[in-house]
Amino acid sequence: MEPPKVFEIENLSSFYGAKQVLKKVSLPIYEKSVTSLMGPSGCGKSTLIRCLNRMNDLVGNFRMEGKILYKSKDLFSKDVDVTNLRREIGMVFQKPNPFPKSIYENIAYGLKIQGISNREYLDGVVEESLERAALWEEVKDRLRESALSLSGGQQQRLCIARALAVKPRVILFDEPCSALDPIATAKIEELITELKQNYTIAIVTHNTAQAARVSDHTAFLFLGDMIEFGTTAKMFTVPKDKRTEEYLTGKFG
Amino acid sequence: MLPQKISELKKRLIEYATLVENMIDRSIKGLVGKNEDLFYEVMKRDEPRANNFDREIDEMCTETIAQFDPLARDLRMVLMILKMNKDLERMADHAVNISESGLFLIARPMLRPLDLVPRMAETASAMLKDSISAFIQEDSDTARKVLEKDKIVDDLGDRILQEVTAFMKEEHDGIKRSLHLMRIAHNLERIADLSTNICEEVIYIVEGKDIKHHHGSEI
Repeated sequence: MEPPKVFEIENLSSFYGAKQVLKKVSLPIYEKSVTSLMGPSGCGKSTLIRCLNRMNDLVGNFRMEGKILYKSKDLFSKDVDVTNLRREIGMVFQKPNPFPKSIYENIAYGLKIQGISNREYLDGVVEESLERAALWEEVKDRLRESALSLSGGQQQRLCIARALAVKPRVILFDEPCSALDPIATAKIEELITELKQNYTIAIVTHNTAQAARVSDHTAFLFLGDMIEFGTTAKMFTVPKDKRTEEYLTGKFG
Repeated sequence: MLPQKISELKKRLIEYATLVENMIDRSIKGLVGKNEDLFYEVMKRDEPRANNFDREIDEMCTETIAQFDPLARDLRMVLMILKMNKDLERMADHAVNISESGLFLIARPMLRPLDLVPRMAETASAMLKDSISAFIQEDSDTARKVLEKDKIVDDLGDRILQEVTAFMKEEHDGIKRSLHLMRIAHNLERIADLSTNICEEVIYIVEGKDIKHHHGSEI
């Protein structure tokens, strides 16, 4: 049985000024599963994932056509509170970007700006978020140290913990491992597969092997077109489109 | 991730092997006990199930390789499961062949050389069981012991051939029955051979050693 859809992207086209980046892209993103957006540079995958929590609103010359439904409602409707939306739909970026504050403050920050100051509650959330991001054991004795003292892989897990602290439903990952070594990458991938039990996940990657390992569904984009969408197992064994086959076998990209 | 995929694959292959073991046992019980119901179970009920296992395990192996890029022991495991799957699929076909010939034989007067068939079947079936326990425990010593039993089955096959040949010379109206009996013996011999394949595959998983075509010499 098909799981419920958290996002329904319908005929989405997007433009930066006159330049069209996405061309009538349609795909679902299913609840509590991992969906990869894969394709060579310039295919529009990052633009697409940034539409999902309206990050592109901040880009001056950005324009879009088509529709994105989030929980069956128009994501771009006027009554959507974008701040709340981004709390529900967290994002982890390519380069780990912890705040220049302590490990503890990095996690508690999102709650503090919401006005939560109960120490006991904050402590609980910090511990729980770090646990879920598989970082607690490594940092529990140094929570007051600067987040910048952590390794790149730890910083990235801290950013995941920070996203988890505000209790999101969806986490978007934009090339989360491209700045990490293979061991740190393996840890993040393992974490993503664990997180999907509780969260809906979309991940942008140009690393086909990573899409294969972590995701349940994969969308292959090429020059702004969505070439193919399907279960990862099928796409990586018998892709339907010749261009997907050629991309996966390294003929281009 | 990969460890879970491999354990799912192992579990599925073991379930398949259990089905095939039962198919072989029932095809022989049908022959000895003259029970055609058992043959029909093998042919009509179990064979389609076996084919489903074959397709499913093939697909799981392909997807595991495509998605998880297994290496070293993991790669040997997935590749050998793919081969064992093929071995089991052949064995299931042999059980069906035995059942078909069994159906012909039990409707007619019994042949004397039939006495040796249960012994041959017992050994072949024990070889399959042991090869699967070697796989479950990833134990190459058990696998090597199974290889030694292949000769017993081959010898019994030779004896059946001799007895059937003698019988055919004496009783010309028993030629068709004799050929069916020979077919059963041949299929049992193949089951034993395929069990040795599984053992070779287990040894390759555990030790990384390819011992195919080296039986009898140092393995």
